[in-house]
Amino acid sequence: MTEATITLTLDGQAARVAPGTTVAAALAQAIPPGATRRSVRGEVRAPLCGMGICQECRVQIDGLRRLACQTLCRDGMQVHTGLHPEGNAP
Amino acid sequence: MQHTDVLVIGAGIIGAACAHALVTAGLSVRIIDARLGGATAAGMGHLVLMDDNPAELALSQASLNLWHSWAPRMDAGCAFTACGTLWLAASDAELQAAKAKRATLHAHGVDCELLDAATLARAEPALRPGMAGALRVSGDSVVYAPRAAQWLLDEAAAHGGPGSLVTEHAEVVHIDGQQATLRDGSTRHAGAVVLASGIHATVLCPGLPLRPKKGHLLITDRYPGTVHHQLVELGYITSAHHSDGTSVAFNVQPRPTGQLLIGSSREFDTSDPAVNDAVLARMLQRALGYLPGLADLNAIRTWTGFRAATPDGLPIIGPHPSRPHLWLAVGHEGLGVTTAPATAQLLAAQITGAPLPLDAAPFAAHRFASLHA
Repeated sequence: MTEATITLTLDGQAARVAPGTTVAAALAQAIPPGATRRSVRGEVRAPLCGMGICQECRVQIDGLRRLACQTLCRDGMQVHTGLHPEGNAP
Repeated sequence: MQHTDVLVIGAGIIGAACAHALVTAGLSVRIIDARLGGATAAGMGHLVLMDDNPAELALSQASLNLWHSWAPRMDAGCAFTACGTLWLAASDAELQAAKAKRATLHAHGVDCELLDAATLARAEPALRPGMAGALRVSGDSVVYAPRAAQWLLDEAAAHGGPGSLVTEHAEVVHIDGQQATLRDGSTRHAGAVVLASGIHATVLCPGLPLRPKKGHLLITDRYPGTVHHQLVELGYITSAHHSDGTSVAFNVQPRPTGQLLIGSSREFDTSDPAVNDAVLARMLQRALGYLPGLADLNAIRTWTGFRAATPDGLPIIGPHPSRPHLWLAVGHEGLGVTTAPATAQLLAAQITGAPLPLDAAPFAAHRFASLHA
């Protein structure tokens, strides 16, 4: 029997991860290594501290701005990074 | 040794504005800052016309005029934004207070207008339904105060006239007449010494009746377009001047980045800079009562700061009543960024003997017995 997986959507792309995976980890496995957002000046940012302090990993999760490193992936979750101008940029 | 006309202690917004005004008046100035951190970097940077008494109105109105005259020259980092203030009336009683405030401001030539409930709802759709209205003070603005303080120093340093500015990072540990002693034991001399180090000033000037009034702020992630004006509840006026006990009042500022800066709280009798979760929770609960949508926003930082409060709520501007050569520019509580420009003009005029730009009496240090030798 294969291990259960979770399917979620990262910037419109389906992704499959193991249970217990954080959104930050899912992003690291997917699009350009883990990038989450753009700074006020448009620079690409990515998770830094991994423990909910630095705020660099904020993304849009099911419509709300959340910290990717503090959120576990769930089936059907919709994640939008702030990398694409058409998205709801964090 | 090179002669210095004035030594300014403290390079927060008050000290920086004083240095700027003194250099502009043609004096040589040395400004010394210990980098202890004060209200300038902790506060909201709301430039707000306050009218609790005629002296406060005169000082803030003269200052707002100066801020507006500087704004075109200020750099982008100063983030000057003329967003205006909406004084929110939650009830008919508060709407009456808004009308009274409008009458006072109109009598002083201040541009302001009353918004009825429907107009307010259109102007700020994020507000909860059922507000009674608001008073819009359109000249009120927002600035990033730490950068504005540096801009004032840069402008003073580049001044082409006879005035000049030297900036030094050091801690003054003692003032004796025209001499200040630094932590390393060296001394600095000047014709006059201006103390503008906010809540830290009591160390160098015992007897200053300043009490730290702790405040909390929270800043959110970027949500552009959520709020358009600085939003303040009219009840702020009563809670802000509550002398004792802890109080909170709704006060939200849209930053140019789209972030929301959320306040406010007041606490006496503590010097602990840690965020007090109970006070923060009360403050945010108050904010949610006005902007329910805040509940879904992501907060990225909370911090605290200490306002330097005087017993009568007015700053101390002018000569020390019993220490020759010592001048005071302290005790601006939560209004120092707003009132720094006129504070500096008044103090510079007193030091140089120029005509005073406004009545100095309400701000005179001799009103406090604790400063008499």
